[in-house]
Amino acid sequence: MITTKDLTKVYRSRGREVTALAGVDLHVREGEVYGVVGTSGAGKSTLIRCVNMLERPSSGSVTVDGIELTALSGQEHRAGRDLRAARRRIGMVFQHFNLLSSRTVQENVELPLEIIGLDRTQRRRKAAELLDLVGLADKARSYPSQLSGGQKQRVGIARALAGDPKVLLSDEATSALDPETTRSILGLLRDLNRQLGLTVLLITHEMDVIKSVCDSAALMRGGKVVEAGALTDLLARPDSVLARELFPLGEFGAGHPGHTVLEITFQGDTSAQPFVSQLARTYQIDINILGAAVETIAGRLVGRMRVELPGSHQDNVVPIGFLREQGLQVDVLNEAGLKHAGLNEPNGVVA
Amino acid sequence: MTWDDMQQLMQPATLETLQMVGVATVVTVLIGLPLGLLLVLTDKGGALQNVVVNRVLGVIVNVGRSLPFIILMVALQTFTRGVVGTTLGWQAATVPLAIGAIPFFARLVETSVREVDGGLLEAVHAMGGSTWTTVRKVLLPESLPALVSSVTTTVIALIGFSAMAGTVGGGGLGTLAVNYGYQRFETGFMWVIIAELVVIVMIIQAIGDFFVRRLNNRGHSGGTVRLRRRRSAVSTPEAVSTPAEELTPAS
Ligand SMILES: Nc1ncnc2c1ncn2[C@@H]1O[C@H](COP(=O)(O)OP(=O)(O)O)[C@@H](O)[C@H]1O
Ligand SMILES: [Mg+2]
Repeated sequence: MITTKDLTKVYRSRGREVTALAGVDLHVREGEVYGVVGTSGAGKSTLIRCVNMLERPSSGSVTVDGIELTALSGQEHRAGRDLRAARRRIGMVFQHFNLLSSRTVQENVELPLEIIGLDRTQRRRKAAELLDLVGLADKARSYPSQLSGGQKQRVGIARALAGDPKVLLSDEATSALDPETTRSILGLLRDLNRQLGLTVLLITHEMDVIKSVCDSAALMRGGKVVEAGALTDLLARPDSVLARELFPLGEFGAGHPGHTVLEITFQGDTSAQPFVSQLARTYQIDINILGAAVETIAGRLVGRMRVELPGSHQDNVVPIGFLREQGLQVDVLNEAGLKHAGLNEPNGVVA
Repeated sequence: MTWDDMQQLMQPATLETLQMVGVATVVTVLIGLPLGLLLVLTDKGGALQNVVVNRVLGVIVNVGRSLPFIILMVALQTFTRGVVGTTLGWQAATVPLAIGAIPFFARLVETSVREVDGGLLEAVHAMGGSTWTTVRKVLLPESLPALVSSVTTTVIALIGFSAMAGTVGGGGLGTLAVNYGYQRFETGFMWVIIAELVVIVMIIQAIGDFFVRRLNNRGHSGGTVRLRRRRSAVSTPEAVSTPAEELTPAS
């Protein structure tokens, strides 16, 4: 639905050059919620602004819903007719809402409809529908200054949906909101994604946002995408930085010498299986659970458990094979002979 | 000089002053508003960015603003005759008045329009709006209170200029004050005219303030916190507004 190929953006100001994007390939599939995460200055905003050509990339291409936007004429805010038409099919929500204070909530939602050229009655009807969709039907006649942050963002979302877009871009839409409101706005985005089949590309600096609403994610650093993919795939990758961040297990114990420490990741249905007890029963071994955590990621239950089996890796080849057969992802963290971490027991020992 | 004498002289003069200020204001707004907008739009980062045009307009405005009005009036005599056919009377005074006020007003417009949050322009561009759309739907309506305030300031400045126009036969209250107060030593009458000018200025300021307040009040009334259940068409529990959100008082 959204594809960028080798996208670069270099800002030039007073002889200084800043490379905000250094070759970004992004592929957002139709109907998914795709999150781009990264620290401040990583180039996230530049990337999303390049997607609807608010910023013209220095090189590379952007294709949205089959239209190559980079091929359309127009400079940034001086967009040509075709680019303007294409933008009407791409909704955008902003961190600071960007609502017109001189217009009521309803008139704000009507603004894009005026640009499209709908007549008054059509605009009224459409705005009412949209406000109902975001749960603000009773605020139609209020002014933005009378609304809370969360309500303002709902208006922003309703406005972004006015042109019946297939794609919604969101630049830090929840960063100005408190956690509770953030959750409700993310829930709304999720619902719109499901109900309308809306493809959502969102930018955030918060891992929690990715965790709670995204199907896929990309990690940006220094103008590059260092890792990207579906969350379920990322979680299955032992070396995934994103998966570590989404699901940190750092506090857990490292185990005892002469033992094998496994990290078991389970997703969806597999979590229901009592694999620890099965393992213990089948192979008659004592399993020491060093730590465990369960999270809901991309709407699926995901768990990770760090366990310790007696004996070396070789001794445990068969039990490990058993676990993998159950559809579990098993990573062997260390083998027998690991240096004992002093006299203290490892943190988080459960059994 | 009796009160009746004064009134007989003052009534037509007041009308003349109001006419010349009124016409000059209309012309000033018609030319100064687009000029002020152009100053913003052609500036760096503006939608119509054009360094040359921006510089030229900037210089014209600065020169216009630094010329003393009295000089402008004399210098423009030929031009004035070309436009209104005479160099005397209130009609003739409107020309230098407008030309003197246009750069002044254009700068005020520029300042007002610059105050508009750039994010709003970005939002309109993202919706597929053109530059003209941003002017019509964002820049003008969002800066309207400041623009009205600028018009008030300009009208008041024009009243001051119009009194000055009297010294070179421009008609209106200024001419009256000069002719009677200064040349015939009717000091009492001069004070009456000055008092009237003060009253006119106060009335215009009050009218301007009234409209600015009306415009600024958009959205600042009824800031009560209401606890009301909102039903959402979107059905999951997260999507239904949270109590925390409901309790946030309207700002
Ligand atoms: N208009 C601009 N002019 C010059 N440099 C810019 C501009 N916008 C962004 N940058 C620079 O590009 C880099 C990426 O910025 P941005 O995309 O805003 O990052 P993020 O949204 O991830 O915080 C930063 O180093 C920033 O300073
Ligand atoms: Mg940013």
